[in-house]
Amino acid sequence: MHEQSIVQSLLSVALDNAAKAEARKILSIHLVVGDYTGVEEDAVNFFFGFLSKDTIAAGARIQYTHVPGQLRCRDCDILFPMQKRDYRCPKCKGRRVEIVGGRELYIEDMKIE
Amino acid sequence: MSPKIITVKENILASNEEKAGINRNLLDRHNILMINVLSSAGAGKTSLILQSIRRLKARYRIAVIEGNVASCIDADRISRENLPVIQINTGGGCHLDAPMIKKALNALDLDAIDLIFIENVGNLVCTADFDLGAHKNAVILSVPEGDDKPYKYPVMFSEADVVLINKTDVLPYFDFKLDDFPRIIEGLNPSAKVFPVSAKTGEGMDSWFSWIEETLT
Repeated sequence: MHEQSIVQSLLSVALDNAAKAEARKILSIHLVVGDYTGVEEDAVNFFFGFLSKDTIAAGARIQYTHVPGQLRCRDCDILFPMQKRDYRCPKCKGRRVEIVGGRELYIEDMKIE
Repeated sequence: MSPKIITVKENILASNEEKAGINRNLLDRHNILMINVLSSAGAGKTSLILQSIRRLKARYRIAVIEGNVASCIDADRISRENLPVIQINTGGGCHLDAPMIKKALNALDLDAIDLIFIENVGNLVCTADFDLGAHKNAVILSVPEGDDKPYKYPVMFSEADVVLINKTDVLPYFDFKLDDFPRIIEGLNPSAKVFPVSAKTGEGMDSWFSWIEETLT
C-alpha cells in the first residue's frame, strides 16, 4: 500500500504545476524512479487511475525512467552499480561505500494542453 | 493550448520533507528529543521502547507515538507505563509520514515532555524515505533476521544514527556473524553507532541508554 500515498503526492505536484501553467489537461507525466524507492509501476498506474479520475490528469499516461542503485567507494572514489547481495568496491573490494543513486522520485516533465 | 512539455523537476516527497522540518522546529522550540525507531515486524521495537521507558522515566518525561497498520496492542502495552501514548493507525499504509506525526504532536502537551519515541510501522523498505521530523533514527535488526539485511536494505541502514542488533540472547542458535557486522555498517554509514543488545535479558542495553542520555544533553 506504499504507492497510494506516493501517488497522492505525485498527483498533487502534477496538478499544482499544471495549474501554474494554466493547463486544461495533463496528457502525460514523466516520472523518474530510483530502484531503492521500491515503487512499482503497476501499483502506481492502478492508484493513479483511481485517484486522478475526477481531475485534469484523468487518462494521463505515466512514462517511467528507472535509475539503478549506484554506489561510490569512499576510498577509490569510483562509481559502480549495486550488485545483488554485495556492495563491495570492484577495485579495492572494500565495503566503505556511499549510496549516490537509486533514491530518486521526482517528476521530470509533463505534457499538457 | 496546443500540447506542450513543461519542465517540473519536483521531488514527490518534497512536501513531506517540508512538513518534517516544521515538526523538527516545533520540537526544538520545546527542547524535545524525538527518536524514530525503525525495524521489520517482530524485531523488538515495542520491547526496546518499553525497556527504555522503564530505565529513563524517573529522570525524563517521555511520550510515545505508536504507528501500526491496525490494532492498538502496542499502545496498550506502553500505556501501562502511565505516560502519554498517541496511536496512529495507518489503515493499511506501510509507513508513517510527517503530517501524521504533526497531528500526534498536536495531541501532546509538548511543554511537559523531554523525549519522544516514535514506533514506526514494521518495515525496512520505505519507512526510511519519509522524514518525520525526528532528530535521530534508531534501526533495530534482530538476530533471527540474519546479518545480510544491510545488503538487502542499504537505504535503511545508511539513514540510521544507531543500529541495534537485538535478541543477542539467541545468537547460539543462528548464523549471525556478530563480530563482522559492525564493519558492514561502518562501511555503509561511518557515523552510525552499533549496539548489540538483548531487550529481553537487558544485556548491552546500558550502551543504548547512555547514548540516549548523551543525546538528550
